[in-house]
Amino acid sequence: MRAFRSLARAMLKGFFRDKMAFFFAVIFPLMFLVLFGGIFTDQGASRSDVIQIGAVSVLDDAPRAVRAALDESLDVTRSSDEQDALEQVRKGDADAVIRQDGDRLVVRYSQADQVQAATVRGTFEAIVQSANLAETGQVPRFSLTTDQVEDDSLKSIQYYTPGLMGWAIASGATFGAATNLVVWRRNGLLRRLRLAPIPTRSVVLARVAVSIAIAIVQAAIFVGVGVALFGLRLTGSWPMIVPLLVCGTLAFMAIGLLAGAVARSEEAAVGIANFVVLPMAFLSGSFFPLDGAPGYVTAISKVLPLKHLNDGMLDTMVRGEGPSSAVVPMLILLGFAVVVTAVASRLFRWDD
Amino acid sequence: MGVEIRVEGLVMTYGDVRAVDDVSFTVAPGEFFGLLGPNGAGKTTTLEMIEGLRRPQSGTVRIGEHEPWRREPELQRRMGVQLQSSSFFERLTAREQLDTFGALYGVAPGRTAEMLEQVGLVDKADVRTEDLSGGQKQRLSIACALIHDPEVVFLDEPTAALDPQARRNLWDVLRSINDSGRTVVLTTHHMDEAEVLCDRVAIMDAGRILELDTPAALVRGLDAPVRISLAPGTLPVSDARALAGDDPVTDDDSGTTITTRDPSRVLTALARRDALDGLSVKGASLEDVFLELTGREYRA
Repeated sequence: MRAFRSLARAMLKGFFRDKMAFFFAVIFPLMFLVLFGGIFTDQGASRSDVIQIGAVSVLDDAPRAVRAALDESLDVTRSSDEQDALEQVRKGDADAVIRQDGDRLVVRYSQADQVQAATVRGTFEAIVQSANLAETGQVPRFSLTTDQVEDDSLKSIQYYTPGLMGWAIASGATFGAATNLVVWRRNGLLRRLRLAPIPTRSVVLARVAVSIAIAIVQAAIFVGVGVALFGLRLTGSWPMIVPLLVCGTLAFMAIGLLAGAVARSEEAAVGIANFVVLPMAFLSGSFFPLDGAPGYVTAISKVLPLKHLNDGMLDTMVRGEGPSSAVVPMLILLGFAVVVTAVASRLFRWDD
Repeated sequence: MGVEIRVEGLVMTYGDVRAVDDVSFTVAPGEFFGLLGPNGAGKTTTLEMIEGLRRPQSGTVRIGEHEPWRREPELQRRMGVQLQSSSFFERLTAREQLDTFGALYGVAPGRTAEMLEQVGLVDKADVRTEDLSGGQKQRLSIACALIHDPEVVFLDEPTAALDPQARRNLWDVLRSINDSGRTVVLTTHHMDEAEVLCDRVAIMDAGRILELDTPAALVRGLDAPVRISLAPGTLPVSDARALAGDDPVTDDDSGTTITTRDPSRVLTALARRDALDGLSVKGASLEDVFLELTGREYRA
């Protein structure tokens, strides 16, 4: 027990004194959270800037309810200088210029920003259509209802915190195990410990305990920053993230052990770990949702442990599912850990 | 204190290479034993089998009653090992390394201060190992091997990669290791080191032990001539030749040298003439023994 404690203490000190490791395990993923939190907070409020020249009856005479709906997608300013307005569109300061020529509505936009161009065109086509329809006095026969598939409550920060946290934990555990194994094998400490009167499992358990402790620190910082700065709202069964990240840590450590068993140098171990972790993070939806991804991407993501950790975290942290929703992801993560550890132990060497 | 090591018929092959080829010897309790040879001679592999890091393909090792490859904690508690000077936990201070190794062997925390004192690292106690010099790292690594006061100590090339000054400084520490009657086994590729430190030396080359004896006996067995040199101008060359009799004499800018198998006669004659200015006497060394045994110049 004393051997386990002192080994764990030595490894923890080694980690927290390694400024690079600490940066990449904690600060670097946190930078993404701050970045994404900043970029996507006003996502819903993106409106087109339109400059109106003179009177435009379809806008000016629109009923109040229609006008309010239009204001959600258009930010209309009035101007009398058409040349200046067109110049603003060319420079990208405004999205379109509109003016009315008799019964013709003229919309001039820049193709430089294709998304805005399409939005502006679509919006004004709809305005003209509905004005024409109103002119005929007919009651519309068809109507349109739109609804987004995601839960209304799933604001971007609710999605990104669990995803980026999963990525951070995956990096920390994988890199920690891989470099630890390679460095200790190269500097002879593995063999030195083998000749000490302690069971091998003390060394392994100490490393597992340290990785779990680091993961808990990462999660605490992520959730803390999310709640304090970006309005993250945790739902009922969020404490389930602790057992989830324990299982996740074991799965990612297994990947790290495999990388460390194969690699001959620390650089190679870091390279292999990067090669696995970064694509895995993309394919597991850590950086953006996979809802629109093609079927084969979804299929690949199902065999990646991070995907299941992310799912479990999303369900329990922000989607308000019960604690039982974490059970299946946890079992998958543990199964992954067992299989990969078995492979790693076959390739394991005490010395170079 | 001190324990006997018996090695019988050790063999280890890697592919077609017989890295260790039928090696046998016995180390007496309290003896300082050296395994000497160039890189690739099989010293380290032999040592690893004795320590228990490798199981011999054939042959046996016994330390006391134990077979080390079984890695019994009972034996490991009586055994101190120093492998490489870099075998430390990353980013810990000298004191923390000793505390950690001490905890692995279940020794009282007070031992750390004692060990720092013994290897002269008290003022480096709070320096991280990465910032220690090569010699200081070696001292610390030896201190880590001795933290639990073992009866038998294995040192694998403790002075490799040290400059001559640091090497000589470390010798003092190494000498003190078996003061208390510990058995010590050391590998080295430095001839002078084996001569200074070891009670007995096994000279290894190509996986075999070529000769095993005390350094003095090995050198004596050579029956090599002694070289007696004088400063230039101390003695006219003609006088030197007369004095040397049949022994060869060389004379150059650096002085006059008489090579003889009867140094006492030559030295007495020189003393009688009061011609001892800048005198130096060089006997054969283990280097010469190696040359004699292998027919090759010794290269570390």
